[in-house]
Amino acid sequence: MNAVVGRGKYVEAAVDGGKMKSAAEHKGCRASANTGQASCGSQAGQGDLPIEIWEKVKNHPCYSEEAHHHYARMHVAVAPACNIQCNYCNRKYNCTNESRPGVVSEKLTPEQAVRKVLAVATAIPQMTVLGIAGPGDPLANPAKTFKTFELVAKAAPDIKLCLSTNGLALPDHIDTVARSKVDHVTITINTIDPEIGAKIYPWIFFNHKRYTGIDATRILTDRQLQGLEMLSERGILCKVNSVMIPNINDRHLVEVNKAVKSRGAFLHNIMPLISAPEHGTVFGLNGQRGPTAWELKALQDACEGEIKMMRHCRQCRADAVGLLGEDRSAEFTTDQVMKMDVQYDLDMRKEYQSRVDRERAAKVAAGQKELAECAGEMSAITLLVAVATKGSGLINEHFGHAKEFQVYELSTSGAKFVGYRRVDVYCQGGYGEENRLSAIMGGIHDCHAVFVSKIGGCPKSKLIEAGIEPVDQYAHEFIEKSAIAWFKSYLDKVKRGEIQHVQRGGAAIRQGSGISAA
Amino acid sequence: MPFKIVASQCTSCSACEPLCPNDAISEKGGSFVIEAAKCTECVGHFDEPQCVAACPVDNTCVVDTSLPRYQAPA
Repeated sequence: MNAVVGRGKYVEAAVDGGKMKSAAEHKGCRASANTGQASCGSQAGQGDLPIEIWEKVKNHPCYSEEAHHHYARMHVAVAPACNIQCNYCNRKYNCTNESRPGVVSEKLTPEQAVRKVLAVATAIPQMTVLGIAGPGDPLANPAKTFKTFELVAKAAPDIKLCLSTNGLALPDHIDTVARSKVDHVTITINTIDPEIGAKIYPWIFFNHKRYTGIDATRILTDRQLQGLEMLSERGILCKVNSVMIPNINDRHLVEVNKAVKSRGAFLHNIMPLISAPEHGTVFGLNGQRGPTAWELKALQDACEGEIKMMRHCRQCRADAVGLLGEDRSAEFTTDQVMKMDVQYDLDMRKEYQSRVDRERAAKVAAGQKELAECAGEMSAITLLVAVATKGSGLINEHFGHAKEFQVYELSTSGAKFVGYRRVDVYCQGGYGEENRLSAIMGGIHDCHAVFVSKIGGCPKSKLIEAGIEPVDQYAHEFIEKSAIAWFKSYLDKVKRGEIQHVQRGGAAIRQGSGISAA
Repeated sequence: MPFKIVASQCTSCSACEPLCPNDAISEKGGSFVIEAAKCTECVGHFDEPQCVAACPVDNTCVVDTSLPRYQAPA
């Protein structure tokens, strides 16, 4: 099946290779994978963003796909309470082995949170953003949330503050949000139709009452859109998250996209439903499936237009720490943080970050140079490639050690990040796991090539057999530059008749075990 | 009869604590508890008991049948 869908029209997803794993195959739980973001224009970062927005987002891993290769973020779990119930959510407060938004290892007080922020800021100087995202709703815990922001703003003034909310209480707190120097807000809006909402939200708690059914969702929708308008009026950058739930809100999300765009949202993040039965959510227990990678991409492509689509979201935990795609939260438990000698060194952080910026500039320049050499190539061929990376925009991960693959769409206009696929690590203690290899290949089945820093002989030949070309000649080079160079040589081979270009079929979104938040 | 919290079901999410008009709720040993003497069942405050309405786990904030119903002062 064609893995590349024409933009601007929502194509009914055909049945493809992406089948949900059965519960028996699960060995625990981990967030489903695959999202991404249209990088601005091509891959070069700012692209067509207004300069004032780019200035705000350029070092924010959740708001800029390009930044997410280089900069880290952290969430502090100071907001355990929630004011609504979603059928895809089951909050857990002492869970180390699941990676999804409602889960944390431990709840923190604002004082513990600020200490943790300082410890992480010292250990991970590229951590530029602090988010409060739960595990409940930050605005259902306003005292703890705003106290944390206040303390962090005082102790670490260079760290950007953001919060992620369901929007129900947003209009009530809008002025406090503005005063708190919060300049990034995410609202999760899954529908603007109360009838659809009733299938997603069993109840809300509003104005001292519990509401159910259509009454609940009408209030929630009104408040979400009102909150979004209020943020826009105040110049606070707003991203909208939506969970794609097949046969409930999937086609309707195109309408949601238009509604949030017209109200001033600047980025729309459509994420796949995570619904493994062991998470204990209503959807998980009812067998509601999540979308396949192809369905998700088709919807994201259909929504892509004036509003940028985010495709690099890892649906991380409410206590995630580190680069997107890695999780270092285990290094920063309250016990460990209390033992650390925390010296907030702003100069050290600035110096480190300017080094990162130089790296980024070099990466972008290399990609553009390669693209310039590609100019004049005319071809209608577009294809996907998978990349094993540890960050910094480099092909710097061994095939066997990759916890995820980033997916780029290549065409003569460049390399565009379109998502990622989470996989189980192939190499365990030096030996490859054969059944894992077939699962990995299922996860990147729609890719023509996989770029790695290194790969063993056995997986190499298996990949070739499956029609996925393993590419290790660009080890430790920049992703975009290498992908464009490889694509050029691919087109040459097609032109010379050495190979015939074929479209590749769809891939599965992985819901698995083990933590790999971010 | 004041309300009580079934400790084995309480996830300790803290949603109920700030909503109680009588400050009767506090955290103890990993779950929240209602101080019976302070609970007014939200009579005179709200249409429905706030802890019940906000609790994410069904049947976790329940009437304590071992105690007499709350009587509003005449």
